Amino acid sequence: MSTATDTTTPAVDTTPAASPEPEARSGPSRWVLVVAVVVGWVLLWLVVRGQDTLQLAGRERTDVMRWLGEFRDGVIASRDTNALVAFTGAVGEGIRTLFGELQQVFSLPAFPRPVPQIGWLGVVALATWAGTAVANLRIAVLVAVTFVSYGVLGYWEQGIDLLLVTGLSVAAVVVIGMPLAVAVGTSRRARAVITPVLDAMQTMPTFVYLLPVVLFFGIGVSSAIVCTLVYALPPLIRIGGYGISAVSTSAIEATDSTGQTSWQRLRKVQLPLARTTIVVGLNQSTMAALSMAIIASYVDGPGLGEPVLSALIRNDVGASLVPGLLIVLTAIMLDRATTAASERAELAARGRGLRGRARTVVLGVGGVVVLVCVYLSRTYLPLAAWPETSLGRDLADTLDSATDAVVGVLGGAGEALRNAISYGLLNPMQSLLAESPWWLAASALVLVSAALGGLRAVVPTVVFGTGILLLGLWHSTMLTLTMVLVATVLVMVIALVLGVWMARSRRVDLLLRPLLDAGQTIPAFCYLIPVLALFGFGRFAAIAAAIVYAAPAAIKLVADGVRAVPETTLEASRSTGTTSWQEITQVQLPMARGSLALAANQGLLYVLAMIVIGGLVGAQALGYDVVLGFSRSEEWGLGAAAGITIVLLGLMLDRVARAAADRTGGRVDARSRFTLPRRLSPTRT
Amino acid sequence: MRTSLKRSGRLAAAAACATLALSACGSSSIDEQTSENKENAAASGDCGELNMAVNPWVGYQADAYVVGTLAKEKFGCTVNYKDLKEDVSWQGFGTGEVDLVIEDWGHPDLEKKFFEGEGDGSAQDLGPTGNEGIIGWYVPPWLAEKYPDILDHENLDKYAQQFKTSESGGKGQFLGADPSYVQFDEAIVSNLDLDFKVVFSGSEAASIEAFEKAEKDKEFLIGYFYEPQWLFAEVPLKKVELPDYEDGCQDDPAEVACDYPVTTLKKVASTSWVEEGGPAVDLVKNFEWTNDDQNEVAKYIAKDKMEPEAAAQKWIEENPDKVEAWLG
Amino acid sequence: MTATDARPTPDATGRTGGAGLEVRDLWKIFGPKADRIIGTPDAELSRADLKAKTGCVVGVKDVSFDVAPGEVFVVMGLSGSGKSTLVRCLTRLIEPTHGTVRIGDDEVTSCSESQLRELRRHQVSMVFQHFGLLPHKQVIDNVAYGLEVRGMSKKERRAKAGEVVDLVGLSGYETSYPDQLSGGMQQRVGLARALAGDPSMLLFDEPFSALDPLIRRDMQNEVIRLHREVGKTMVFITHDLAEALKLGDRIMILRDGEVVQVGTPDEVVGAPADDYVADFTSDVPRSHVLTLKWVMRPPRPDDSSEGPVMSSSTIVREAAQAALASDHPVRVVDDGELVGIVDDDAILRVVVAEQAPPSARQGSGERR
Repeated sequence: MSTATDTTTPAVDTTPAASPEPEARSGPSRWVLVVAVVVGWVLLWLVVRGQDTLQLAGRERTDVMRWLGEFRDGVIASRDTNALVAFTGAVGEGIRTLFGELQQVFSLPAFPRPVPQIGWLGVVALATWAGTAVANLRIAVLVAVTFVSYGVLGYWEQGIDLLLVTGLSVAAVVVIGMPLAVAVGTSRRARAVITPVLDAMQTMPTFVYLLPVVLFFGIGVSSAIVCTLVYALPPLIRIGGYGISAVSTSAIEATDSTGQTSWQRLRKVQLPLARTTIVVGLNQSTMAALSMAIIASYVDGPGLGEPVLSALIRNDVGASLVPGLLIVLTAIMLDRATTAASERAELAARGRGLRGRARTVVLGVGGVVVLVCVYLSRTYLPLAAWPETSLGRDLADTLDSATDAVVGVLGGAGEALRNAISYGLLNPMQSLLAESPWWLAASALVLVSAALGGLRAVVPTVVFGTGILLLGLWHSTMLTLTMVLVATVLVMVIALVLGVWMARSRRVDLLLRPLLDAGQTIPAFCYLIPVLALFGFGRFAAIAAAIVYAAPAAIKLVADGVRAVPETTLEASRSTGTTSWQEITQVQLPMARGSLALAANQGLLYVLAMIVIGGLVGAQALGYDVVLGFSRSEEWGLGAAAGITIVLLGLMLDRVARAAADRTGGRVDARSRFTLPRRLSPTRT
Repeated sequence: MRTSLKRSGRLAAAAACATLALSACGSSSIDEQTSENKENAAASGDCGELNMAVNPWVGYQADAYVVGTLAKEKFGCTVNYKDLKEDVSWQGFGTGEVDLVIEDWGHPDLEKKFFEGEGDGSAQDLGPTGNEGIIGWYVPPWLAEKYPDILDHENLDKYAQQFKTSESGGKGQFLGADPSYVQFDEAIVSNLDLDFKVVFSGSEAASIEAFEKAEKDKEFLIGYFYEPQWLFAEVPLKKVELPDYEDGCQDDPAEVACDYPVTTLKKVASTSWVEEGGPAVDLVKNFEWTNDDQNEVAKYIAKDKMEPEAAAQKWIEENPDKVEAWLG
Repeated sequence: MTATDARPTPDATGRTGGAGLEVRDLWKIFGPKADRIIGTPDAELSRADLKAKTGCVVGVKDVSFDVAPGEVFVVMGLSGSGKSTLVRCLTRLIEPTHGTVRIGDDEVTSCSESQLRELRRHQVSMVFQHFGLLPHKQVIDNVAYGLEVRGMSKKERRAKAGEVVDLVGLSGYETSYPDQLSGGMQQRVGLARALAGDPSMLLFDEPFSALDPLIRRDMQNEVIRLHREVGKTMVFITHDLAEALKLGDRIMILRDGEVVQVGTPDEVVGAPADDYVADFTSDVPRSHVLTLKWVMRPPRPDDSSEGPVMSSSTIVREAAQAALASDHPVRVVDDGELVGIVDDDAILRVVVAEQAPPSARQGSGERR
C-alpha cells in the first residue's frame, strides 16, 4: 500500500492550487476560504480515506435502480394497455412511417425501383434551387458541393437521411417553439413558468435524453427525431422570446396608440422587428438539431453519425473521419444558409438585392431546370444512383495513414501528457473526491459552494446533492465530478491564455477567431475521433474531447470580455507606467471578471455534456453507467439513475457557478447565455 | 444584365444535364431494373424487408452480412442493417423494428421476456449458427510463455502491480470489453477478491488493439476476450483458468465467481417475421458455418478494412458449395 | 407676428375640428396594491416617503384640468415630474389608478378594450419622443399604419397617407426607410402618422427633445403651422419652458406628479405660483413673454394722452421700440377703454434686467 500513499501525496499540493486558478482574481478572501476548506478536507481525508465511499461493489444495485428497472419493464409491458405509452408508441410509429416515405423519395430504393423516387441529380438540383431561393447563389454552390460530396464519397444515403432528420426536427421546433417564444416574449407570467424549464432542459447533457425517449418512442428515427426536437427547442424559445420582448417599447407604444389589436401588434410589429433575432434562434436551433441528430445514431438514428459510430467501434479512424468531415461540411452549409437566408429576407424586405420580377424569372427558369433534372434522374440509372467509387475508402485510407503519421509523431507526447495530467491532477483529485467518505466529501462541497456563492449556492448544493445521494451513485458522481473539474480548470487555463492574447493582439484574433467559430459549429460527436486517435480509449480521451469542445466558447468569451475593457481605462493605467503583466492582472482581468465567470459557467456545462458522452469511449463513471443502461436490459435502472444523477449534477454545478458569478459581478442571465453562438451546447445558452 | 447572365448560366446547366443524361443512355434504365425486380420478387415469393440487427462485434458483422447479402441477391430482400446493442435489438422484435439477431450469445433474461412461454412470444430460436462461443479472461502469448503460472487465477494477485495503469487506481488493470457484451468481470474480480480493477476498453476494436500492442511491446495485459475471433490467427491469446462453470453459477449477476460457459451461438428471429414465411426464413434456418469461416470474413472486414458487404461477397464467391447447402 | 395671433381662442370652437379634454382627479401610482393608497393618509405623503413606506411610486397625483377644443395645452415639468405618465394615461397606454378622463363625448376611463381601440384609431393620435417608427416599413407605410390597423385597403390608405406626407413636407421620401432619414425627418413621419387618421386630438410626448436646436425650432414652427391649418386640439408635453411658452395657449406645470400652476404663458412668467415656478421661469426673457398688462400702472389724471395706444396683450418687447421712441408713455387701451399707462422705466426694467444673464436657452426661445 506504500505506492498508494505515494501517488496521493501530491494531492495536498495540487488540488487546492488547481481548482481556484481560473477565477483566482475575483476576490482573494473567498479563495482563502476555499483553500482553507480544501486543506481541512485533505487532512481529514488522510485519516478516514476509503471509508463510507458508497462505491457499489461489482454488480450491486440499489433499490432505486431496481425500481427504475421495474418501471421500464412496466412501460414495455403496458404498450397495449396504457394510453400514454400507446400514444407515444403511435407517435413513434407515425414518425417512422413518414420518415420511411421520405427516404424512399430521396435516399433509399423505393422497391421495386432499384433507386429512390428522385435520383441524386434531381435531389442535388432541388437542393441547389432551394439554396438560391432562400439565400443566394453562393449558398447554392455550397449546397451543391455538400450534396455532391455525400455522393462522391459514398455517404449519399446517410447524408440525406441526416438532413431529413434535422429538417423534420427543425420543422417541429418551429411549430412548437414559435408559440412558446411568443408567450415568453409577451407574457411575464409565461416567461416565469417556461424559463426554468428551459434552464433544466439546457443543463441536461444530450446523452441523457436518449434513454427515456427510446423507452417511449422506440428505437430508430422516431427516437432520433424526438430527442433532436427536445434538444433543439430551447434556443428558439429563449432567443426568439428574447427578441420579441426586446422590441423597442417606443415602437410598441407608438403603434398601440393607433389602436391596434394585440394580434396586429404581434404580427405587424413584434414579429417583424424581432425577425433577425428569431432567425438567430432558428440558426442556433438548427445547429443544435444537427448535433443531436448525430448523437442519436447511438439509438440507431439514421444519418452520418452512424458510420462515425461504427467506425469508432472498429477503431477505423480514417473511416470515421470521412463522415466526420461530411458532418462538418453539413454544419457549415446549414449555418451559412440560415444566416444568408435571414440576410436575404432583410434585403428583400428592403426591396434591394435581386428585384422581385427578375428574381421570379431566375427562380422560374431554375425551377424548370430542376424539373428536367428530376425527370432525368427518374429515368437514367447513372443519374439516380451514384456510381460506385473507391474515393471514400481512398480518402479514408489517406486520412488513416496521415493520422498514423501524426500519432506516430505526437503519440509519445500525447502519452506523456496523458500520464502527466492523470498522475499529477486527475488521480490525486479523484482520490480526494471519490475516496473520501461521502459525508466528508458532501460537507466539503457544501462549504466550498458556500464560500464561492453564499446561501444561493448552498441551497442547490444541498438539494441536488441529496438527490444524488439518494439515487445511489455517489461514488460514480464523484468520479465524473473529478473529470469535469479537471477539464474545466484546463479549459479556463487555455481560455485565459488564448483569450487574453487574442484581446491584446489583433493578428492573433484574426487568426484564431475563424477557427473558433468553426469549432463552435462542429457537432460534439466529431471531437471524439481525433482525440481517440491521439489518446486512445479512457478517461483522458473524454477529458481531451471535453476541452476541445468547450474551449472555443470560453476563449471567445474571455477575449470579448477583456477587449471590452475601455481603452481610456487602459490608457490611464499605462500613464502610470504599468508593465504588460500588471496591465493584464491588475486591470484587464479584474475588469473582465464578469466574462470570466460566464466563460467558466459555460465551460463547466459544455464539459459535463462531453464527459458524459465520453462514456462511449471508455471514460468511466456516470457516462459509462448510462451506456451500460442502454446496452443491457438488466442495467436499465442503473442507466436511468445515472441519467438523473447527471441532470442533478449539472443543475448543481450550474447554480453554484451562477451564484459565484453573481457575487463576482458577472451576471449569468438568460441574455448573456446566448450571446455566444451556441452549438450543441449542453446548456445554457 | 446580371439577371440575363444568370439565366444563361441556368440554361447552360440544363444543357449540361441533358448531355450527361443522354450520354448515360447506354446503360440499363431504371424501368428495366424495376420490372426485373418485380419479376424476381414474383418468382421467389415476395421477400420484402429484412431488418437485420448488427451487434457491435466483427464476428457478428460477418454472419449478418453473409446472410444479408444472400437474402438480397437471391431473394430480392431489402435488407436494413441496424447497428444496435444486443439488448436493444431484442426489444425491437416486438415493435417490428428488428427481424433477426443472427448471432446470439445466450441471454436467459431476455429469452424469459420475449420467448413463447414465460415471455410475450415476440421472438423465437431459429437454431445454432454452428459457432461455439468461448468467453473468458485472456493474456497475450508472451506473458503466458514467460510466466506460465499466470494462467491460473489464483496467481493473478502476484502480478497485480505489473498490470497497474494510470486508470486502474493503484490496482491491477483488467481490460473489460464493450459494456454491452455478456460479462461478469466486475463481479468475478470482487467475488474472487482479486487486486484488480475492471477498466472498460469501450469496444472490440479497442480491446484488439490493446492486445496487439501488449504482444508487440511485451506489456502486461489481461482482459475479456472470446472466440470465435479472427485475432487468434494473428495473436493466439491464452485463456486464464477461472473456477469451473457450473449450472446456475451465473444466475445472480452480483454473485458470479466462476468462468463463462461454452456457448452455442444461435439465431433469434421475430415471430412475426418467421410467420410471414418469406423466402429468407429458410435461408436463416439453414445457415450454419464454422468458427474458421466466420474468422475469415471477420478478418476481411477488420484487418483488411473491406466494406462488410464486399467481404461477404468475397466469401460467398469462394465458398459456393456451403452457400448452395443453405439455399436448399 | 405674435404668437397670440396664431392661437385660436379657447372658445373659438367653431373654427376647429378639435375635441375637448376633461381630466378629473387623475392618479397613477406604480407598485403593488396601488389602488388601495388613494383616499388614505398615505396618499398625502411625499413621493420619497410613500416609496419608503409602501414601495409604491406616485406618477400622477390627483390631477384635474380641462382643455378646450382647438386649444394647444402644454404640460411641462422636469424629468420625473410625471408628465409623460400623465399623457399616456389620457389614452390609457398606461392604465390610470384612479380618476376620469373624457375626450369629446367619450369617457376614456370607462371604455371597453374595443371602444378604447376605436378611440385610438379615430379620435386621438400621439407623437413620441423616440418616434416609434417601424424600421421594416417604408415611410408611406409607416404613415399609413394607423389606417392599416383600421383595416383600410392598401390602395386607399396609401393615397391618404400620400396627402399627409405632402402636408408635413416629406414629398419624395415616400419609399425611403426610416433609418435613411435624419432625426427631424423621422419626426415628421411620426407627425404624419399621427395626422393620417384625421384625429380630433393630438398628443405630443416631448416630440422634439431628441432633435438638435435648429431642427427643433423648425419642427416647432411646423406644429404651429399645422395647428393653424388643421386646428386640432393638442396636448403637448415638454421639459423646455421656451418651447412651452412658444406653443402653449395655456401651460400646466407639474412637479412630482402634482399640478403646481395652470395658466397662460404670461401668467406663468408674470405671476409664478410659487418659488419652484419662479425659479423655473427666472431665465426666461421676460420681455418676450410679458404683456403690457404686467407692467402697466393704473392711469392717473395727469398722464399724457399723446403716447402710442396699445392693447394690454401686446408683448413688452414689441411695444418697447415705439414706447421708447415716443416722448410720452404708452396708453394701454382695451375695448376703447384706457386701462393703464406704461412708462419708459417700466419697459426698461423688463428689458434691461434680462440683459444681465443671457443664456443659450433664451436664444432658442426666440420667436419668429
